[in-house]
Amino acid sequence: MLRAIPFGWLLAFVAVPCLLLLAIAFSATAEGVPPFAWGRFSLEAWATLTEDSFYLEAFLRSLRVAFTTAALCLALAFPMALALARAPARWQPALVLAVLLPFWTGFLLRMAAWVGLLRDQGWLNGVLLGLGLVEEPLPMLYSTPAMLLGMVHAYLPFAVLPLYATLLRLDRGLEEAAADLGASAFTVFRTITLPLAAPGAAAAFLLVFIPAAGEYVVPEMLGPPEAQLVGRALWGAFFQDRDWPLACLLAVLLLAVLVLPIRLFQRLENRP
Amino acid sequence: MSRVALALGLGFLWLPILLLLGYAFSASPIPFQWGGFSLRWFAALAADERLLEAAWLSLRIAAGAASLATVLGGLVGWVLARQGAFRGRVLFGALAGAPLVLPEVVTGLSLLLAFVGLQALLGWPAERGAITVLLAHATLGAAYAAVVVQSRLSQLDRGLEEAAADLGATPAQVFRTITLPLIAPALAAAWLLAFTLSLDDVVVASFVSGPAGTTLPMLLFSRLRLGLTPEVNALGAAILALAGLALGLAAAMLHRSARHQGKAG
Repeated sequence: MLRAIPFGWLLAFVAVPCLLLLAIAFSATAEGVPPFAWGRFSLEAWATLTEDSFYLEAFLRSLRVAFTTAALCLALAFPMALALARAPARWQPALVLAVLLPFWTGFLLRMAAWVGLLRDQGWLNGVLLGLGLVEEPLPMLYSTPAMLLGMVHAYLPFAVLPLYATLLRLDRGLEEAAADLGASAFTVFRTITLPLAAPGAAAAFLLVFIPAAGEYVVPEMLGPPEAQLVGRALWGAFFQDRDWPLACLLAVLLLAVLVLPIRLFQRLENRP
Repeated sequence: MSRVALALGLGFLWLPILLLLGYAFSASPIPFQWGGFSLRWFAALAADERLLEAAWLSLRIAAGAASLATVLGGLVGWVLARQGAFRGRVLFGALAGAPLVLPEVVTGLSLLLAFVGLQALLGWPAERGAITVLLAHATLGAAYAAVVVQSRLSQLDRGLEEAAADLGATPAQVFRTITLPLIAPALAAAWLLAFTLSLDDVVVASFVSGPAGTTLPMLLFSRLRLGLTPEVNALGAAILALAGLALGLAAAMLHRSARHQGKAG
């Protein structure tokens, strides 16, 4: 009985919605509200998608941006997590809090702050002009680097925490043994620390990669207009063009692309 | 070496936030330019009725969604931790974990379709708005709550519950006097997590809401498209102060309960 309530909820609000995505992706568009015909099979959306190379490019661009974001996060998060795990035990809660607290200031507000820092008449250009480093404002906002900066800022805590948890569990005795046997600090890191932390690093990478692949807000606020990622294409199809079947098809394909990383992540999570 | 990286990483995370905080007190009408100390943008914030209305709506939705998410997520976590094999367990686990890994746009769109379907079949919910946002956020929050509760339940010493049952307590009594107090911190953490998720969400809410349900992030997002104002910095400072206060309170409560448990043990 107690199982029926959550099971019913999960079926109604997780399973059925995903099946509806698939059903409506292959339904005909129609005039009215909602703008599609229930149960009228159609390949309209599929035709739109395959005719225009825009959508294929959006997918490839999304994967590239997600990969770069995840790689940058991992590169920054690994030494951060290492320093966190090796810090004196009484400092660790405060340091972890320092990583987490920016997370609680509101995602949109953090992105708005980046807009204020990076735009032509923004803070950073003010500093650069004031120091005489540049003659006129550098165009920084609405560029790929600005978008990646925002993405890394948004997702960095996701990468630090699983790595920190992995490194905290790591048996320091193994590293000490290797050092006692004459391994240099670098050799210890390369042959002991890195292999033992690899599953945690992979989980951290995927934990950033998966949501980043569908990101909408950051590219919209900081990215260049030509950075048409899947999230933006889906949003445009839904809100501007009111083409629900096309939006659903894009969602289904995004899920299809992400199935492999998602399965991999879940296996890493459930490892003993 | 890694300490330098930690300092750099924290600096990177905090730089925009600290600047936002500082310039919230600037009189200049241009954001991130110093025009002398002033509280005028806080006054503008306090007089902004649309924004306050949206903030109040967001707080109510977040509180409702977090409460529902804690109950649902608690049940899901309990089923996963305590009920062994049952028919459909694999499906149950997959569905419970799905909202954690689905991209936001997919979650938002798929939940909207569910609400449209419900509307067509049952005539409920009659209108999309606060109620649909609440249900969507509860679904999302429940997935996170389930993880927190499940991990707490599987760490729990089953012997305590068995001892109570052996001494004649009914299952309801065991739950109320043993299990519930032991998982209470996990439930509180789950509630807080679901609450912040709801307050911070703009994508899912944009999909499932209607004209009557403009949440604070939705309003903020539409205003940011038109341009940045110093009021945004004041809002950020206010939210940071509230989050800091809530976090301080939570830390104090945790500290007290830890001391309490220390004495009891």
